[in-house]
Amino acid sequence: MRNSSPIPGNAIADAGAGLLGTIGRVAIELVTEVGFASILLWRSTLALRKIGRSMPLVIEQARRIGVESLPLVIMTSVFTGAVTAVQAAYQLKDFVPKIYLGTAIYKSVVIELGPVLTALVVGGRVSASIAAELGTMRVTEQIDAMDAMGIDPIRYLTMPRIVAALVMLPVLTVFADILAIGGGFFVSNASLDLSPKIFIEGMKMHFVARDVLGGLTKALVFGGIISLMGCAAGLRTFGGAVGVGAAATRAVVTSCVLILVSDYVLAVLLFKIIFGE
Amino acid sequence: MTERPDRDTTATPGGGATARRGGTTAGPVIEVRDLWKSFGDQEVLRGINLTVLDGETMVVLGPSGCGKSVLLKHVIGLMKPDRGSILVEGNELTGLDGRELKDLRMRFGMVFQGAALFDSMTVGENVGLPLKEHCGIEGDELADLVEGKLGMVGLAGASHLQPSELSGGMKKRVALARAIALDPDIVLYDEPTTGLDPIMAEQINQLIRALQRKIHATSIVVTHDLHSAKFTGDKIALMHEGRIEFVGTMDDLRNSDNEAVRIFIARGYASDHRTAWESRGERQ
Ligand SMILES: Nc1ncnc2c1ncn2[C@@H]1O[C@H](COP(=O)(O)OP(=O)(O)O)[C@@H](O)[C@H]1O
Ligand SMILES: [Mg+2]
Repeated sequence: MRNSSPIPGNAIADAGAGLLGTIGRVAIELVTEVGFASILLWRSTLALRKIGRSMPLVIEQARRIGVESLPLVIMTSVFTGAVTAVQAAYQLKDFVPKIYLGTAIYKSVVIELGPVLTALVVGGRVSASIAAELGTMRVTEQIDAMDAMGIDPIRYLTMPRIVAALVMLPVLTVFADILAIGGGFFVSNASLDLSPKIFIEGMKMHFVARDVLGGLTKALVFGGIISLMGCAAGLRTFGGAVGVGAAATRAVVTSCVLILVSDYVLAVLLFKIIFGE
Repeated sequence: MTERPDRDTTATPGGGATARRGGTTAGPVIEVRDLWKSFGDQEVLRGINLTVLDGETMVVLGPSGCGKSVLLKHVIGLMKPDRGSILVEGNELTGLDGRELKDLRMRFGMVFQGAALFDSMTVGENVGLPLKEHCGIEGDELADLVEGKLGMVGLAGASHLQPSELSGGMKKRVALARAIALDPDIVLYDEPTTGLDPIMAEQINQLIRALQRKIHATSIVVTHDLHSAKFTGDKIALMHEGRIEFVGTMDDLRNSDNEAVRIFIARGYASDHRTAWESRGERQ
């Protein structure tokens, strides 16, 4: 523990140094965790050969990740769509014809808000619960017990969660997109006095499949990040109940940071390089 | 453990614990040779040597935190040593990976210190998991086999219960049933009586003894409980500061003039309940 300095000026410097130290520590932690997650990804990929036998496990996880996240996704996306409509109307007012409101809402939802917000809310829920569950199994030696009876924890625990998340995040994102656009549609209609016909006209006018495809590609990657970081934090848990709590926190922090970082990377990759020009 | 029924060091070993194999010469099943393991700068195992013969029950005695669990985890390949080797029926275990390690592990059963039951599964699913995963047994056949194993540990009819509904002693018994599900040749017990009340501990000791007679497995029992050691073991090994200081029968142990042995015995009975409490506090 650092001693806090008696001189007020130094206290601020101390706090600054403490902050830097904390950031450094978090960065190192993130790198270690990502390194471990990469190994986990590789080993889970190898375990895909036995996915046939693990299908019931995958389905169970898909239910837990997908179906149980649905209420949260519905709430988030409807309101996101509604807010987007209000904000877009305000920002575009006086510059842009109203017909473009539909375009703006649909584009921002499908490309960015749908996948990212879904990933952030589902990520918080799912990565924490995966980390807590596997972390508890780790500290109570359940994972050792599984290993000891010749059942590979990667095949039995990690791989099904990753596959389920890879499938369910795009599915949830499709739901979120539809509901958010619906929310935007409703608000435009009810309070921004934009007729449904014009809203839909605006959407159609600039519809391109690659927007949807790009958005769903993001969702796929986010699904991988969420499940992988949850598993990585869980499997590296040590130190009893406190350790389990720390693992859940670590899972949420690392997955949220990685979602935002990879969102930028994917934006550049997808919309500048692959779909660009 | 304050009211343990038998606190007398000089009592004869109960349940026929002395060399049950009499004069037969059995070959070694497990040989641990010069095993070293450190975590960071903490040296936990410092040159362990231990040989367990076919059908024999070896008890490894030692105070909490001396590395008994770490030793067992090496024997079943859950940890990799820094140095040294482990031979199972003459085959080196330390280099094994993947398929070979899995095949070898299926010949082992292990009872973990905290039972380590899968808490997302029922008792029956816990015991049936290895059978289902490795032998592809399902349905009624699986249910019958599971019921048979549960019967062996006195828990027939409990297969629908959740682990959270069980007492500590019942959990240990389910863990035992699960460990013997695949009819292993070798059974490892990590502190089977720690954390149990004296009566429950006694029952588990007797159960271990009875199972040994029934399934004829080679066993290693790790414990800090002298009484349990006396009751379940054919031979006792004393672990001290990362080495095996002494191996012999319970009588040899009592008559030994080895310094570490004398200290452990003197302290063992006097403070047995204290160490039990300590370890309970440490573990959960
Ligand atoms: N995975 C691990 N990482 C770091 N230290 C460990 C690990 N496992 C055990 N230890 C340390 O090794 C020592 C022996 O532990 P253990 O084998 O559990 O003792 P016991 O004899 O009570 O079973 C303890 O000091 C423990 O902190
Ligand atoms: Mg232990």
